[in-house]
Amino acid sequence: MSLPRADRRLAALLRICALPVAAIVLLILLFLARESQPVLQHVALSRFISDASWHPLQGLYRLTPMLAATLYATLGALLLAAPLGIASALFSRYYAPPLLAAGYRRMIELLAGIPSVVYGFWGLTTLAPLIGRLHPPGVSLLSGMLVLALMILPTVALTVDAALAAVPVAYIRSAAALGLSRWGLIGGVALPAARSGIAAGILLATGRAIGETMAVLMVTGNVVQLPQSLFDPVRTLTANIALEMAYATGDHRAALFVSGLALMMMVLVLVTTAELFNKERRHV
Amino acid sequence: MFKNHLATGLTWLAAALVSGMFAWLLVDLLMHGLAKLSWAFFIESPENSGRSGGIGPIITSTALILLITVATALPLSLATAVLLSEFTRRDGVFALLIRRSLDVLAGVPSIVFGLFGNAFFCIDLGLGFSILSGGLTLACMILPILIRTTEEGLKAVPDDYRLAAAALGLSRGAALAHLLLPVAVPALLAGLLLGIGRAGAETAALIFTSGYVARMPDSLLDSGRALSVHIYDLSMNVAGGDAAAYASALILIMLLLIINTIAAGLMKHWNLAKV
Amino acid sequence: MRLFKKTADTPADKLKTQTAYTLGPLQSGPPCCVPEPLIRVEKLSLHYGAKPALNEVSLDIYKGCITALIGPSGCGKTSFLSVLNRLTDMIPGCRVSGRVVYGNQDLRHPALDVQALRRDIGMIFQKPTPFPLSIRRNIELPLREHGINKAADLNDVLQRVLQEVGLWDEVKDRLEAPAQALSGGQQQRLCIARALALQPKVLLMDEPCSALDPISSGVVEDLIQRLRGQYTVVIVTHNLAQARRIANYAGFFWVRERAGCLVEFGQCKQIFDDPAHELTAAYVHGRRG
Repeated sequence: MSLPRADRRLAALLRICALPVAAIVLLILLFLARESQPVLQHVALSRFISDASWHPLQGLYRLTPMLAATLYATLGALLLAAPLGIASALFSRYYAPPLLAAGYRRMIELLAGIPSVVYGFWGLTTLAPLIGRLHPPGVSLLSGMLVLALMILPTVALTVDAALAAVPVAYIRSAAALGLSRWGLIGGVALPAARSGIAAGILLATGRAIGETMAVLMVTGNVVQLPQSLFDPVRTLTANIALEMAYATGDHRAALFVSGLALMMMVLVLVTTAELFNKERRHV
Repeated sequence: MFKNHLATGLTWLAAALVSGMFAWLLVDLLMHGLAKLSWAFFIESPENSGRSGGIGPIITSTALILLITVATALPLSLATAVLLSEFTRRDGVFALLIRRSLDVLAGVPSIVFGLFGNAFFCIDLGLGFSILSGGLTLACMILPILIRTTEEGLKAVPDDYRLAAAALGLSRGAALAHLLLPVAVPALLAGLLLGIGRAGAETAALIFTSGYVARMPDSLLDSGRALSVHIYDLSMNVAGGDAAAYASALILIMLLLIINTIAAGLMKHWNLAKV
Repeated sequence: MRLFKKTADTPADKLKTQTAYTLGPLQSGPPCCVPEPLIRVEKLSLHYGAKPALNEVSLDIYKGCITALIGPSGCGKTSFLSVLNRLTDMIPGCRVSGRVVYGNQDLRHPALDVQALRRDIGMIFQKPTPFPLSIRRNIELPLREHGINKAADLNDVLQRVLQEVGLWDEVKDRLEAPAQALSGGQQQRLCIARALALQPKVLLMDEPCSALDPISSGVVEDLIQRLRGQYTVVIVTHNLAQARRIANYAGFFWVRERAGCLVEFGQCKQIFDDPAHELTAAYVHGRRG
């Protein structure tokens, strides 16, 4: 492609502006790695799992309770949000009358825009006390799961909705012409056709849940322990960073950056997997 | 037949459940927060650790942070989107690299942005806890949204215009300035508003970059407290701060609602005009 | 290429003309010019990625004349046209080989000023493409880009070209109105005016009438005829009757070995009445394509 001179200059200028954008991800990884260095120099990675407990001031860096809390909370949130999100999408697309469907979709979009701190705040003042009445103290793994579920539900609902919208109308019409019932049509044709989009949406929601900080920080109680029941207070990886960064120095601070790197890796894996699903969808 | 009815029933139940939760949340916030809302609340400074008084300086800080975010992110995202859409091959290596890195960037947790912002802007660049650091960190966060929407807007402009412009000997720059960008402006605006909405809701990234100070900021290098951080502080660290927190949460939600509604309206308008 | 060999009208020929599928009487039109080639194409080949689109096309475009490129869809006629104003530069993966000489310049030379070339060689597309601007801005935009900035000059050119295409009386009172509010035929004439504003030497037209209704089509066709002599026109058309009516020269394209090729090129009268190639004869008489 031969460009005229003025355009070549414009393209060069644009490339210079786009460079920082391209570099940011690398920069983030670089900085995380650099700040983690001090502790990784004399603490093996395995110790982050095998140490006795998380007491950084005494040189103990066991991250397992936090990792467990993050994973349990995410899993629980997904178990709740995935079916509800898919059902919401099906509702607005196939079940509800047009006006109701539009209103419902609008509501989901609004839910998606509510800041995490407000979800956390509401969970803290309303949900946690309710759970506390069932089984003290209230701020627990369960409240974390519920709040997270509420937060990632709009993500699931909106991505599944988009995936269903991409199913060719021809499929739906032929299924209807074959006399399939509504559920037969949905379960047999629409959902399978949209399955890679749905998978990508769920992976995206998982990434969001893993990375969520404020809401879980406010409702899970922040006790560093491996949860024995749903009602035990826990501390997630993200909450750990948020709480201790303020006063952490030296190796302690570096250890927090290590957990930041771990989060980054988890998200990278999820994003790449979601990309693979999206690619598969394009071939379909 | 039974399966069909069961599915219908379950779906309606799920929808009712979700709507119920949403209504519960909203009613709760309104009930507790409406009382404290007033013009004075909006303007005054917080007193008694925020239990009384207002959120004036906090609104100012938030506005300043968002201003920096937009001022930084807008030109960079515009340049990148134009580059991706008009000057690179759709399937080229360069475009692929940028797109991948943007996808990853979109998934990075906000606390990691906080860590990065703290290490890079606050410490390395020496900006300290400041509105500037916070704004720049948030700019990194919203780049993927802005770029994606702007690129979609440019892609939606029919190729006919590009070919006709080229046939008339117009340079790509001229075609962009006079034809393509003006047509893509609604998409640009929508993306900008979405980005602002996302940035305004951010908390974790700001705690370690713009800090906690609730005074009226004198300069961009002063530490400033954003609205979302204020809600966090009131609810977690200040006993009896709940009332103020409810009111602040209500204001935040209302502002974000307005922004997101305008953005959604713009996208719909632009989609119809795309025909 | 039997360009200068005059074929005598035998009674058999006259019969052929009468009994062949009637395409209408061949208008001879004003004698077009001293046939001086303006653009010479030698062995032009074109590939989109691995797919061949044109295979070794050679022909000459004669100055001041209307040259029609005929043939069924997919023969590479539009691709051929796109080479002449280097619009193929904008298509990723497009490879062009062969020689194209415009005047005395090598059209395909990488250092050629493409913007200046496109000022000399204008293009009209099948679907009218008025910009989403006012009528006035549509014409002024390319003029400004090419350095004409004074309001008086712009107004002069505006009036001149709109009169040339016959739009002046229709739009002179609403020059600020959006161009996309015009009818299809008016839009296409506006596009022609826009191209004429740059005072080109050559106009490339890719089926300019096919997207228009019959009446607008007729108006545009009359306009094209008026351009003869002052401009060199290369027009791709599916409408054989139209080609017969307006063209001085005609090139017949076909698909061979999955790539487009030029089967025959010559004076319009000869192509339609006494084609050398049987494929040409079959096509113009409606038996093939």
